[in-house]
Amino acid sequence: MKVAKIKIGRRSFIKSSTLASGGMVLGFNWLMSCDMTPSQVKALPKEWFKINGFLKIGDNGLVTIMSPNPEIGQNVKTSMPMLVAEELDTDWNDVIVEQAPLNTTLFKRQLAGGSQSIRQGWNSLRMAGATARAMLIEAAAKTWNVAASEITTSEGQLIHTLSGKQAGFGEMASLAATLEVPSEVKLKDVTDFKIIGSSRKNVDGSKIVTGKPLFGLDYKSENMLIAMIVHPPAFGMKLKSIDDSKAKSMPGIERVFTIKTHESGYSLGAFDNDAFNEIAVLVGRSTWEVMQAKKELIAEWEMAEAKVEELNFFGRNITVETPAGLESTADHKRILEKMSIKKAKVVRKDGNPEAAFKKAVTIIERSYTCPFLAHNTMEPMNFYADVTEEKATLVGPIQTPEIMEQSVSKRLGMPVENIDIQMTRMGGGFGRRLYGHFLTEAAVISKEMKQPIKLVYSREDDMTQGTYRPSYHAYYKAGLDENKNLIAFQVRAGGIPESPLAANRFPAGAVENYVAEEWSQVSNITVGAFRAPRSNFIAGAEQAFLDEVAEAAGKDPIDFRLELLTKAESKPVGTNNDYVASRYAGVLKLVKEKAAWSTNKNPDVFRGTAAYFCHNSYVANVLDMIMVKGKPVVQKVYCAIDCGIVVNPDAATNLAEGGLVDGIGHAMYSAMTFKDGVPEQNNFDTYRLIRHGEAPKEIEVHFVENKIDPTGLGEPPFPPVMGALANALYRATGVRQYNQPFITDKPLAG
Amino acid sequence: MLSHFKLNINGKVREVEVDPTTPILWVLRDHLDLVGTKYGCGIAQCGACTVHLNGVAVRSCQLPISAVGSEKITTIEGLSEEGDHPIQKAWLEHDVPQCGYCQAGQIMTASALLNQNTNPSDSDIDSAMHGNICRCGTYTRIKAAIKTAANSQDLN
Repeated sequence: MKVAKIKIGRRSFIKSSTLASGGMVLGFNWLMSCDMTPSQVKALPKEWFKINGFLKIGDNGLVTIMSPNPEIGQNVKTSMPMLVAEELDTDWNDVIVEQAPLNTTLFKRQLAGGSQSIRQGWNSLRMAGATARAMLIEAAAKTWNVAASEITTSEGQLIHTLSGKQAGFGEMASLAATLEVPSEVKLKDVTDFKIIGSSRKNVDGSKIVTGKPLFGLDYKSENMLIAMIVHPPAFGMKLKSIDDSKAKSMPGIERVFTIKTHESGYSLGAFDNDAFNEIAVLVGRSTWEVMQAKKELIAEWEMAEAKVEELNFFGRNITVETPAGLESTADHKRILEKMSIKKAKVVRKDGNPEAAFKKAVTIIERSYTCPFLAHNTMEPMNFYADVTEEKATLVGPIQTPEIMEQSVSKRLGMPVENIDIQMTRMGGGFGRRLYGHFLTEAAVISKEMKQPIKLVYSREDDMTQGTYRPSYHAYYKAGLDENKNLIAFQVRAGGIPESPLAANRFPAGAVENYVAEEWSQVSNITVGAFRAPRSNFIAGAEQAFLDEVAEAAGKDPIDFRLELLTKAESKPVGTNNDYVASRYAGVLKLVKEKAAWSTNKNPDVFRGTAAYFCHNSYVANVLDMIMVKGKPVVQKVYCAIDCGIVVNPDAATNLAEGGLVDGIGHAMYSAMTFKDGVPEQNNFDTYRLIRHGEAPKEIEVHFVENKIDPTGLGEPPFPPVMGALANALYRATGVRQYNQPFITDKPLAG
Repeated sequence: MLSHFKLNINGKVREVEVDPTTPILWVLRDHLDLVGTKYGCGIAQCGACTVHLNGVAVRSCQLPISAVGSEKITTIEGLSEEGDHPIQKAWLEHDVPQCGYCQAGQIMTASALLNQNTNPSDSDIDSAMHGNICRCGTYTRIKAAIKTAANSQDLN
């Protein structure tokens, strides 16, 4: 065991009455109405004892663990409590998991984003369990009048072997709850883990498969009305006026009005998306009736002016420039092309790339592009708001509750203490729900109505609102010497409105002469973080390019990468390389072995490979493609991952499988295009997402076994598979793919 | 204009006063507190709203209440009394869901498939499930779970 000082969030471990009386209790206990875990065998206890902000123990030994972070499908509602339960040393079958309320005093970083929940909760969650365990031991020591050091624990039991005394956690919980919080705790050795590293089922699994209300859109309260919005039909336009004469007389409609999400002079927060600030609102008694009235609302639109705004991004002021005009995808393509051949801002330079390129015998130059993408969470944007003079209660799906609380506070002119945000399970996030304008809109609408409302976006509202993955371009150039060694490498990456460049990632560090440049072009089409921001394009582009370079060098694509990584490890170029070369090579070696890369030479199987490092984790793929009736079909994907210790292996595998399917789907089919500012896709009849028959027939996920503190998994499996897909398509069809989506008309066979 | 309707939902008679054009999806969600059936697209392209009409999978967002009469509607809440339909059990065994939002629709389509075909092939599954999008990408697990359910002995 190692002794760890409690430094992180010490306040979290101190008993707090906030927990019992604070945000957790809803009007009619909606979120907790069905909170029993499926394997529950014990009845609920008569009394609960709060040990700290993360957990309470019942008199019968049941343990309630609060899951602090928002659940978007990454399964933190199971894996985060597992960390607490491990160090508490309780029986997982005795654990009830509850979604914690937003409480910035008790919990740190209640945010779902950047694949950081487990990484950043790793210490604090384990310490929450370990301090509680220490307090239970202390309580038993006092009760039995023995030394605490002689007491051991196992699966919810306190054991004093010398005297033969034994008690359940529940028997000591009342005393433990009154004890001082220890100033240091012992954390388990990795080898002693019983819960971490063993697969545990999704704690909400049975509620999901039986259709229990879990999601924001499922939320209801007494007197609640339904609100829907109408936003401008095109980026670059704004609301001029509305004629609501027909809409407001439609059945079930209470009111029609307009709102400004942010008032003029409002200083934007990090996640205050501002695509269409002024919108029309229709409020009525049922969703269907409001949808019908929406069709009858006549709105007049006008051209929006260019604007420059200051955005406060976690204390850093960023200037956001929004040009006027109506943009089209055809214009964007011209911009990408034009900018990509101009010299751009050099972000990193090693050696003398100019001289090396002159010396090179073989030069390879390629360009890659991708379109804007809509997140398309299956649950459209929505939020419940009940705003009165005194307080605001907001319930729904949001990845950034603690940040949006600030925005709502500013917008309503109400102190944050009076704002209560409840997190529901989210029907997908992928970054979309970092941007909580819909939460602010719901609050403003409820304030105007003086009544609780649930704001519901239609699929069309959702898909055409913006916050898209940017459109990117990457130009690559590689130089080989007469011995086919890679002696010079250039990347110039840009996009609308940001560059996807990660200048210090591989192959930086492995090439003597290296230059990385970036550029960007402003747009009034709003963008946001989309699962593995920037990596979600640049990984696939880079890995497809390296495949061509390996081919030109006459080398096996995996061996080619491994050679470069050996160089990056033994004699790294530059000092800012942001990856560990041995771990990078580790996933490539693992996938090479598992896919039997060197020996499996079936002529009917076309294999592509790729590897990437982002969001602190390493992923390598081998993708097997076969041709069925002349069409390429993804037969199997092998995936090797190094994300340190794997907390919940089967759930981690599921998340990786999903990331691979998602990566293949978006690279292959998806695009958001524009004509005169109007999104050309607004629902799933025009916007292609991958479907059942197009998913890989088989997926095999392997994790590197090590004892390194865990890193994230929501994002890393998503980007590299796009490269593996492109490379396999080349082997299967003889055609290199440079522009996503790879297939724009018909679905893959299969 | 509101009209009065008597529906047969999950074996019970339910009465509502709604506009006759109201799709069953919104009758279930807004008027009957059966929110397990999900709204995803409103145009029968995503399958999140799938329910059974006399045991056959239909998209409830395209099914106006006036067209239903006394036909039997089954929703995710009524698929089994104890949440133990072979499909539901298989879903739990394979721990299929990620975000979970589309899964009620996936389960209703899959259970309707097994009503008609107790031993579906891969391509039977692909074509039956084609209309159900899972944005999290749980397709491979869904297929495995359908096969597990098909192979289970308690499938009638």
